[in-house]
Amino acid sequence: MKKAFSSIYMVIMMLFLYLPIVTLVVLSFNESKSMAKFTRFSLKWYEEMLGSRMIMSAIKNTFTIAILAALIATIIGTLAVIGLDAMTVRSQNILLGFNNIPMLNADIVTGIALMLSFLLFGVSLGYKTILFSHITFCIPYVILSVRPRMNKYTDTLFEAALDLGASRGYAFRKIIMPELWPGITSGFLLSFTMSVDDFIITHFTRGAGINTISTLIYSQVKVGIRPSLFALSTVIFAVALIVLLVVNILPGRRAKRAALEV
Amino acid sequence: MKKKIAVIGLVFAMVFTMTALTSCGGGSGAGENGEVYVYCYGDYFDPEIIEDFEAETGIKVILDSYDTAEEMYPVIKNNAVDYDVVCTSDYMVEKMIKEGLLQPVDKSNIPNLENIDPVYLEKSEVFDPGNQYAVPHMVGVAGIVYNKTEVGDTVIDSWADLWDPKFADSIVMPDSVRDDFMISLRKLGYDQNTTDPKEIEAAANELIAQKPLVYKYANDAARDLLIDGSANIGVVWNGEYAYILDYNDDIGYCVPKEGTEFFIDSWVIPANAKNKANAEAWINYLCEADVAATNFEYLYYTTPNKAAYDLIDEEYLNNPAIFPTEDILARCDSLRTLDDETIDVYSNYWKQVKAS
Amino acid sequence: MKLGKRWSAPFIIMIIAGTVIPICSIVYYGFTSRKGGFTLSNITAMAEPEHLEALGLALLLALISTLVCLILAFPMAMILRESKYGKQGFMVFVFILPMWMNFLLRTMAWQVLLERNGVINSVLGAIGLPKQQLMNTPGAVVLGMVYDFLPFMILPIYNVVSKIDNHLIEAAYDLGADKAYVYRKVIIPLSVPGIVSGITMVFIPGLTTFVISNMLGGGKINLIGNIIEQEFTVNSNWYLGSGLSLVMMIFIIISMLLLAKFDKTGESSFI
Repeated sequence: MKKAFSSIYMVIMMLFLYLPIVTLVVLSFNESKSMAKFTRFSLKWYEEMLGSRMIMSAIKNTFTIAILAALIATIIGTLAVIGLDAMTVRSQNILLGFNNIPMLNADIVTGIALMLSFLLFGVSLGYKTILFSHITFCIPYVILSVRPRMNKYTDTLFEAALDLGASRGYAFRKIIMPELWPGITSGFLLSFTMSVDDFIITHFTRGAGINTISTLIYSQVKVGIRPSLFALSTVIFAVALIVLLVVNILPGRRAKRAALEV
Repeated sequence: MKKKIAVIGLVFAMVFTMTALTSCGGGSGAGENGEVYVYCYGDYFDPEIIEDFEAETGIKVILDSYDTAEEMYPVIKNNAVDYDVVCTSDYMVEKMIKEGLLQPVDKSNIPNLENIDPVYLEKSEVFDPGNQYAVPHMVGVAGIVYNKTEVGDTVIDSWADLWDPKFADSIVMPDSVRDDFMISLRKLGYDQNTTDPKEIEAAANELIAQKPLVYKYANDAARDLLIDGSANIGVVWNGEYAYILDYNDDIGYCVPKEGTEFFIDSWVIPANAKNKANAEAWINYLCEADVAATNFEYLYYTTPNKAAYDLIDEEYLNNPAIFPTEDILARCDSLRTLDDETIDVYSNYWKQVKAS
Repeated sequence: MKLGKRWSAPFIIMIIAGTVIPICSIVYYGFTSRKGGFTLSNITAMAEPEHLEALGLALLLALISTLVCLILAFPMAMILRESKYGKQGFMVFVFILPMWMNFLLRTMAWQVLLERNGVINSVLGAIGLPKQQLMNTPGAVVLGMVYDFLPFMILPIYNVVSKIDNHLIEAAYDLGADKAYVYRKVIIPLSVPGIVSGITMVFIPGLTTFVISNMLGGGKINLIGNIIEQEFTVNSNWYLGSGLSLVMMIFIIISMLLLAKFDKTGESSFI
């Protein structure tokens, strides 16, 4: 009974989450440029995508920025959580208050605020400014993911390990890192995904000749989005899906063994 | 644990493979004759002409696009990026000329200027006296599109038809302050560029009265809504109409008798451009007859390039919706730049319309 | 555990460069008039009826979306927790996966589904039901918000409930608690930090969105985010836009302070 409910619930949620995605995938194979009518199956938007220099450089920018931003933000954010733990509650709260500002603020305000500061300090807008802005807005997500895992329980275990004669480094590796690790990975994945998905902040902090996939899509809104961008999203989605399948389904036995170690 | 590491590892691998694959396609250094930084509305010419231009001139094109003229303006004004050539709309050209953000175009470097229809150069004088700064790229006329079957016997020839309760919940209006006020000011018989607060207020009241009938305020989506029959009447640029016809020939188009707004989007050179000669080469190239014809077929907006007419299908040429007649053009005005106070008046009333 | 404050140094530098300085520039703009002098009018502008109404509507829609997300996400997180070990990572990934489709395009896809002659209405028509006005309504905007932000509710809650020690729950049952009691006294109190994180991650983007209301509200649903965006992009009145953003920021901070009171453990307090 309970299991049936769980399964039905899962199915409904999957439908909800994946229906729009299926729509986009279908549209990417639509011969017509219109979103309103499916005329017939065609691969022409995939051809257009492969031939477009703008799309290709947008892919490159989007992913290099996302990987760098997520990596740097994860490192800074995790270190921050550890450092925060050593502070008084008061300074923790002050820092976390500031940390939350990029999340609390409308993206557009964060974007404009960053742009204004870059201009103020004479930094010309481009790849670096986008990267910097992405690191800024990813850090709060990392801290939010990692911090709940750093609690009194972790503290107690760590201290117990020290009492039992473990060195600080050893206790850190054996107690804190395993405790934090799920938060770190989800923080990294979240940052990476947020960065790929971000539009507004990138929009205001980018410069000449630099586009990410999002800004490229938005720039086409005025005259109607070309379905080659649906094709692009479909490809990215398919790659992510394949990675997921390879990791989770194929090596069934190994995964099971690995899972026991979690 | 290891599994999670593996997931991360694979994500990395995936990303690096993608970047490695794509980076081959990208950056190929500066062209032999330098570069030109182009700033243009998104998807506003056939992307293939970039390669042709590069092959012909040896100038590397760095293209960047924006969505609205208001978004482009602070970038040029604050010198955030040095662009060499910018494509933007009439009223913005006027504003930028007034603020000294542009430099005159050297006409001797643009021999293809003679391809441009003098009618449009004359119309451009409104915002660019003496045609010193701007070279027309595309022209568009705002008009009403409607579903012929649904409209039935009603003759659509006036902006007032957009207030007809018969079309309740199937009207698409633009989602832009000035465009909506243009419609309602014209309906009332006022100047579309009025600065009189009373006239603006009256126009706002018209829009508030109309709001319950409106299905959607949208810029780009109007055409798709008409194609699939979700809406029956709407306001679009004539270029969109040509596109609609490809999918649904039961759609009519008219330029209302009260007159309408039209735009001339032009190429201009910012005052701080570093590669002026290359910018002029770019403009000259876009004024070539076959390039203009290619762009027309890509976008279906009116091309001001007279020499390109020989290369364009008769069917389009003779369609007054796509190539407006002199009679229609006489009823068209472009939007003008307003002072800050008037802009605030418009924007306050617009917020009231939206909040109503 | 005292590993040392200095680990936070890069974080503090980033806060100063990436948050404090930009906020100062916004404050500067917020208190400056178009003509250049000091003014409060950009701040008090929030009290004008159009702005208040937009803020109220944004608040209402964001609250509804947050509530819907919470109601959908909590059972989901529990199901994920109870599913077999091997499936957990997979299931979590399944919720992140949709985010790989660009956010603007995903939202746009709902247009295709909800339009008057769109997919959902065609299906309704095929089974003999009347067409519904789905697009351009507050409901469509709420749907868009729930759709876009649901993963941000599921993940933090899952993160916390997956850590709840099974022994605790078993002990409660052994001591005679029924299911409702266990939820009320054990599971829900322990998941508060995750719920608070989730609410923050859904409520704030919901309150300040302008893309979703633009795409699914048909320009008829005007939220405070739309107004601020218009000030920056259409009216070029950065001063008013900055002023309104400042007020909104303070408003959000206050609501988060209130929310933080629920999180008695303080483990995931926000302010």
